[in-house]
Amino acid sequence: MYSDKVMDHFTNPRNVGEIADADGVGEVGNARCGDIMKLWIKVDNDVITDVKFKTFGCGAAIATSSIITEMAIGKTVAEAETITNQQVAEELHGLPAVKMHCSNLAAEALGAAIQDYRAKLASNSAS
Amino acid sequence: MSKIYMDHAATTPMRQEVLDAMLPYFGTEFGNASSVYGWGRRAHQALDEARDTVAELLGAAANEIIFTSGGSEGANMAIKGIAWAYQTKGKHIVTSAIEHHAVLDSVLSLKKHGFDVTVLPVDEEGLVSPATVEEALRPDTILVSIMHANNEVGTIQPIREIGAIVREHGAFFHTDAVQTAGVLDLNVGDLNVDLLSLSAHKLYGPKGVGALYCRKGVRLEPLIHGGAQERRRRAGTENVAGIVGLAKALELARQEQGAENERLTTLRDRLIQGLQKIPATKVNGSLVHRLPNNVNVCFQYIEGESMLLNLDLKGIAASSGSACTSGSLDPSHVLLAMGLTHEIAHGSLRLTLGRSTTETEIDYVLQEIPVIVERLRQMSPLYQG
Repeated sequence: MYSDKVMDHFTNPRNVGEIADADGVGEVGNARCGDIMKLWIKVDNDVITDVKFKTFGCGAAIATSSIITEMAIGKTVAEAETITNQQVAEELHGLPAVKMHCSNLAAEALGAAIQDYRAKLASNSAS
Repeated sequence: MSKIYMDHAATTPMRQEVLDAMLPYFGTEFGNASSVYGWGRRAHQALDEARDTVAELLGAAANEIIFTSGGSEGANMAIKGIAWAYQTKGKHIVTSAIEHHAVLDSVLSLKKHGFDVTVLPVDEEGLVSPATVEEALRPDTILVSIMHANNEVGTIQPIREIGAIVREHGAFFHTDAVQTAGVLDLNVGDLNVDLLSLSAHKLYGPKGVGALYCRKGVRLEPLIHGGAQERRRRAGTENVAGIVGLAKALELARQEQGAENERLTTLRDRLIQGLQKIPATKVNGSLVHRLPNNVNVCFQYIEGESMLLNLDLKGIAASSGSACTSGSLDPSHVLLAMGLTHEIAHGSLRLTLGRSTTETEIDYVLQEIPVIVERLRQMSPLYQG
């Protein structure tokens, strides 16, 4: 039911872990529905230089988390912010229809991390 | 290690002896059992013999056995059949929260037709208490349906006690015996049941065939109209090969069940004890009132489907009650009814053993699972290992 690319990212997930001195952290989903994604980003000169994730969830949840780290690294914050869940699914050569809704949260997790980064930036410049 | 099948509660491989018994009825003995000539008479005779065998194994009379297309039809036939036949007597039906959906959804579908439904809770081991059944009974209760053993957690219900209470009250009692046929003694007299449904493919028989025991004198409105088959209670040309296969599979299971249950119980306990060594692991269901082949555990902090995918990569076939595998956003209704939180229920794993299961397989599974659990936990934001 999963594409080879999904299985590749599920079995060999890229960039698993945490970033201790992250510039932004985002968490989406909840344990009740069975998917939680937490994503850490490192930003240098407005470019995302590192992304790490931890995910509680099914095969699709883990694969989408993994691939978005690859999609985001090297992009400017503004570019990364435009990544959609649909693009994540396409990058994985598609996801089963039932997974499109519940386990395709990676773009939201990245968006939340970027929002956190911007909030930190704003409070730093204010102080 | 070759492929390991540990999902026998989902379905079982058909036995060679069963296939051999069935084959003639796909070929030379292809007749319609309703026809008067030789082919028809021989097919009819095969049906009669199969019916006698099934009846004898259940402690029933031959005319109390209705052949069906499987467990789901049996449950639907029992519940809707009673509801339509006895609705003038009362419109209250009692069932439990951990039933298979074939029962639960059949009962709930009757709400649309003005029936009142009581869904009984279970305790943390998944047991229905006879006292709660007694409390739920009303003058207008016409049917109680409680499963013999649960398909997810393997808890065996006190059917005999519940049956006695229901009979005393004057309602009918159906039990879904899909998980226990071929495993436990199914004597309908001892169990105090009026209706009992079972399925062949769970006991090394073919898919698409089952039986419903319906006690003499109990009326059933048919679900399928259109012919005089099965004493007008289930129309349609009989699945002769399938029915012959069902009888053969049940007969073989009965002969071997004593020794096989002992063997499986030892393997089951070895597996449970091994899995309990993994930290933050919970065994679901009863350790006493449990099917000999059922293991069900929850590994905290991880989700079931990713567990199953990893097991599959290691050649192990298992199942889970996670939302992803239940086809909805909620995890198993059985685990939730037993009081587990959503978070924990998403991490459930069911391993069901069978005739092919060996100690070597159990040990291989016990070697692989801790590695998979640890790997997924390292990836989980919920785990503070």
